Amino acid sequence: MPDSPAVAPQFTSASHRDETAELGMWVFIATEVLLFGGLLLAYFVYRHAYPQGFVTGSRHTEIVIGTANTAILLTSSFLVAWAVEIFSAETRRLTAGLLTGAICLGLAFILLKGIEYHREYDEHLVPGIDFRFTGSLANGVQLFFIFYFIATAIHALHMIIGIGLLAVLALLCRAAPSTRRRAALHSVALYWHFVDIVWIFLFALIYLPGRSAS
Amino acid sequence: MTEPNYLTADYTLRSWFFTTDHKRIAILYFASLTMFFFIGGAAATAMRIELATPQADLVSDDIYNRLFTMHGIIMVWFFLIPSIPNTLGNFIVPLMIGARDLAFPRLNLMSWYIFMLGGSVTLFAILAGGIDTGWTFYTPFATLYSNSYVMVAAAGVFIAGFSSILTGLNFIVTIHRLRAPGLTWYRLPLFLWSLYATSVILVLATPVLAITLVLIAVERFFGVGFFDPRIGGDPLLFQHLFWFYSHPAVYIMILPGMGVINELVSCFSRKQVFGYKFVAWASLAIAALGFLVWGHHMFVTGQSLLASLVFSFMSFVVAVPSAIKVFNWTATLHKGSLRFDAPMLYALAFIGLFTIGGLTGLFLACLAFDVHATDTYFVVAHFHYIMVGGMVTAYFGGLHYWWPKITGRLYSEYWARAAAILIFLGFNLTFFPQFVLGAEGMPRRYHVYPPEFQVWNVLSSGGATILAAAYLLPLFYLGYSVFFGARAPANPWDAPGLEWQTSSPPPEHNFDVQPVVTRAPYQYSRKFEAKPQNA
Amino acid sequence: MWRQWIPFWHPGVSPEGGDVDLLFAGLLIASALVLGLLFFLLALFCVRYRAGNEIDRENDEAKSWYWEVSWTTASLLCFLALFVWGATVYFEIYRRPPDELTAFVVAKQWMWKVQHSGGQSEINALHMPVDRPIRLVMASQDVIHSFFIPALRLKHDVVPGRYQDLEITAQRIGHYHLFCAEYCGTAHSGMTGEVVVMEQADFAAWLSQQTPTSSLADEGGALFRQLGCSGCHSAGSKIHAPQLEGVYGRPVPLSDGSTVIADDKYIRDSILLPRSQIAAGYEPLMPSFEGKVTEDQLLRLVLYIKSLGRQP
Ligand code: HEA
Ligand code: HEA
Ligand code: HEC
Ligand code: CUA
Ligand SMILES: [Cu+2]
Repeated sequence: MPDSPAVAPQFTSASHRDETAELGMWVFIATEVLLFGGLLLAYFVYRHAYPQGFVTGSRHTEIVIGTANTAILLTSSFLVAWAVEIFSAETRRLTAGLLTGAICLGLAFILLKGIEYHREYDEHLVPGIDFRFTGSLANGVQLFFIFYFIATAIHALHMIIGIGLLAVLALLCRAAPSTRRRAALHSVALYWHFVDIVWIFLFALIYLPGRSAS
Repeated sequence: MTEPNYLTADYTLRSWFFTTDHKRIAILYFASLTMFFFIGGAAATAMRIELATPQADLVSDDIYNRLFTMHGIIMVWFFLIPSIPNTLGNFIVPLMIGARDLAFPRLNLMSWYIFMLGGSVTLFAILAGGIDTGWTFYTPFATLYSNSYVMVAAAGVFIAGFSSILTGLNFIVTIHRLRAPGLTWYRLPLFLWSLYATSVILVLATPVLAITLVLIAVERFFGVGFFDPRIGGDPLLFQHLFWFYSHPAVYIMILPGMGVINELVSCFSRKQVFGYKFVAWASLAIAALGFLVWGHHMFVTGQSLLASLVFSFMSFVVAVPSAIKVFNWTATLHKGSLRFDAPMLYALAFIGLFTIGGLTGLFLACLAFDVHATDTYFVVAHFHYIMVGGMVTAYFGGLHYWWPKITGRLYSEYWARAAAILIFLGFNLTFFPQFVLGAEGMPRRYHVYPPEFQVWNVLSSGGATILAAAYLLPLFYLGYSVFFGARAPANPWDAPGLEWQTSSPPPEHNFDVQPVVTRAPYQYSRKFEAKPQNA
Repeated sequence: MWRQWIPFWHPGVSPEGGDVDLLFAGLLIASALVLGLLFFLLALFCVRYRAGNEIDRENDEAKSWYWEVSWTTASLLCFLALFVWGATVYFEIYRRPPDELTAFVVAKQWMWKVQHSGGQSEINALHMPVDRPIRLVMASQDVIHSFFIPALRLKHDVVPGRYQDLEITAQRIGHYHLFCAEYCGTAHSGMTGEVVVMEQADFAAWLSQQTPTSSLADEGGALFRQLGCSGCHSAGSKIHAPQLEGVYGRPVPLSDGSTVIADDKYIRDSILLPRSQIAAGYEPLMPSFEGKVTEDQLLRLVLYIKSLGRQP
């Protein structure tokens, strides 16, 4: 639907509409929290059952890439927050620029993730496709990598969706900023921050267990 | 003729399939759900015919396994979960709160398309060769052993899950943000409270099902996964995840029904619902506590004794709010002026059957008894009493109650009452014998059984035939009424809710003037006349 | 034809059976009372307050919370009582059995394989003496099954990847149904058998009539050599591996500092998942035998190691 000035009839005003949309995004995020929640539950069950296996598995991950990706995501979140902050008719170029920056960082994240997957493949650490880790902790390590791949793949999927949304918004903002877009930007930013936070949890669970002092 | 209503506003196919009007979307859902109900019901009837004899003479074991799986999957995800929320809820929620539409009309349409996509994928799985895991998809059978279309069916359920989530989201936001002026939380009809509670569960439980199905798919696809005992994975973890969704999901399948019953009981006793606040909060209490009892499906799997103890205890606790509701409905009748129109018959049937189903749920929550009864027909009888005797009955009750509003026509009261009574009788004849079978130890999902169980099975199969016929009746007289029924007035039951204060069927924009709510719901004068909420 | 008309209820023939039946009766009575009251009130109100009936409806809308609180507490108390009752009996059923007569049950699609410790094996049947508790150690070769004897009011899931014990006692001689209660695929409903409860003397006679090839433990000993276990676990081995004589039933210190009792489950895990628990003072050298031994063989190995324990 074109961005008509009139508010859809179920709303009384533009701000009514925008607040409603934001509430919608929050409820959606609640859903997402439970989506990852189920996965994390499985992680904790198995980490409890195979503590050594998980630590060993974790040591075989690429901490450098993981850390770099964390930094990348945090920066992109910052750019998005900035874009929300300065959004207005005058600054639309800057806004679009910031969003583009965030998009590039998001793409960089995906790229690095791809490299990481590739390295794991080379090391024969992909359960179900090529998993040759043998020796004492094979089971735990395999369960760890199953979690690793599922969780990061779902996260990457969220990233891709987020990048798509940001791209649409960047184009729209460049064209003509309006309060309507401001609300949309706000919601998408919420989503992007959420994806970021999920990553921080995943980072801690995937890369750190094998590297804490012990 | 006066100005066009939502049905006559436009006749093109486009105006139906691309509509964003919640009322038309409700009709789309209604049509699809009716189809799914009949598909699921046909499978049930086939099963019951097969079960009339102890041997396998109608279908082979593989076919039978596919029948009950398809019956369970279709009935749960493609009929009962969306039944009241997506048809009656979609239609009535905006009218009840005096809004023009749901908060996100396009999302609403999208969730219908998603639902239909999920449904088609599932139907494809069935046509392609079926799936034989049971609706519970237990691992490692579903992941490593079954050679049926598990992935496709799981994908169908997965997709339909998003439709649930979006609907829940839409309702929550709508009830929060779009209430008419003056409509405070404690002035909301109880139907909305229960739909709100339902939506909370939809939003918070469905994603866990989604991720669980993803895990299943991964394990099936790659031949190794989280639940694989060969690498030390735990098949019971799957059950934990599945029931973490599915137990709350059973409350998705009853709360909306309870909501409808509030409306019916109050309207046909011409009285305020007794203990409004208690009933309202009971809905939320059920939604919240319902997340804490999932382990009661796993008492004999070898989960720790402590866990069993806690889950058993919580199952009793979650029954308390249901008890509160049952007592309040009964008390509502006290000193009312009772009319026994068809919707009221359904409401009374609901109270009785739901209570029987609920009480037998307590039997199962009772640890020692569950050891004997789990995975027997006792469980089958328990949940059919609640889901069919309770929820389907409530759905029919609500459908009859709001039918004049939805279609603008009156159905034949005579036939409606006859069908209600026939459904009640057929239902009890079908499912009561199953309690006996279960107590005697007949396991579920058996299509060959020891001959001494036959008598009760024959009774049950006989009942199922009556039930099938009874469920067919409304198709005829309701269908007839759409074309030949008398025109319905705006408020045929003389009820006080906002939805009755606009014409039947409502205009596209619902209300000509924005209603302003001035009083609590369910108010009647001393002469039992409704006092509209907005006057 | 309908051979037997089953009445509403057959009494259970196990010690727990009586308790479960009593519990069931209690639940039925409680529900009957509640339902009776409810239906009575519904009927009463429907008749008395039907529209058009001239009757006093003066209604000062007294405070409702009084009622609410009382029926909430009443149901809560009633529920609590039922909960405690059900839980007590449950604990009775699953209390840890002392070491009695043991039989091993292997479930697989779609049959039950029962092995007595003397090596006698049977399929889809379980012979047992009357009035004597017997402990079942159960394992599944493939998917989840559930061992269900309605007459004893007992059931336990058999989950692959672990052992499950169940203690059963039958108090009346006779033939009883054995069902698989957890859906396990195509012939789930064919996975049935019978439990034959005999006089103790008859049972002994039955056992001796069966021709065990050799005792399970002996077979286990053969496997122990065949699979190469003895290569590490024998006195003369060069590899530093624990001696298994006398291990069974003793506490074993583990490398992570904890201690476990070497029971069936521990031995089983040691064979299948040797790394999950490493005995203190040893290197984790032992290979996993996951996928290399069947459940049947595992049972024999466990029994063999157990028999080593018995020898002084
Ligand atoms: C709409 C669906 C629905 C609902 C609402 C319920 C409600 C309840 N269910 Fe049920 N249940 C199912 C659907 C449902 N169930 C399904 C589908 C299964 C099987 C799944 C499968 O395996 O395929 C199942 C299985 C199931 C089991 C597992 C059985 C097994 O497999 O071993 C248990 C065990 O605790 C249980 C318990 C309960 C309880 C305690 C309630 C309570 O919420 C009920 C509360 C209501 C009341 C108690 C009635 C009113 C109360 C009074 C009038 C109070 C007065 C009473 C006294 C004072 C005694 N259910
Ligand atoms: C959620 C809702 C729901 C509903 C509404 C029903 C409705 C019915 N169910 Fe079902 N049932 C389940 C949910 C539901 N069920 C679930 C979840 C399971 C467990 C599955 C599993 O184990 O995985 C189950 C399992 C189940 C079993 C146990 C199978 C087994 O364990 O072996 C049986 C057996 O009697 C049964 C019977 C019936 C009957 C007779 C109806 C009737 O009420 C249906 C009546 C409706 C119709 C009949 C349709 C309308 C009429 C016609 C279309 C007439 C024309 C058709 C013909 C004459 C063929 N159901
Ligand atoms: C390569 C050598 C090797 C082989 C072959 C081997 N084991 Fe072991 N086993 C060990 C070592 C070393 C340990 C101690 C470390 C540990 O607990 O894992 C051990 C531990 C055990 C234990 C635990 C004992 C305790 O005191 O905790 C059992 C039981 C056992 N083995 C049984 C077997 C059986 C049965 C087989 C054959 C099917 C077998 N082993 C084959 C080396 C071996
Ligand atoms: Cu084995 Cu069912
Ligand atoms: Cu449940």
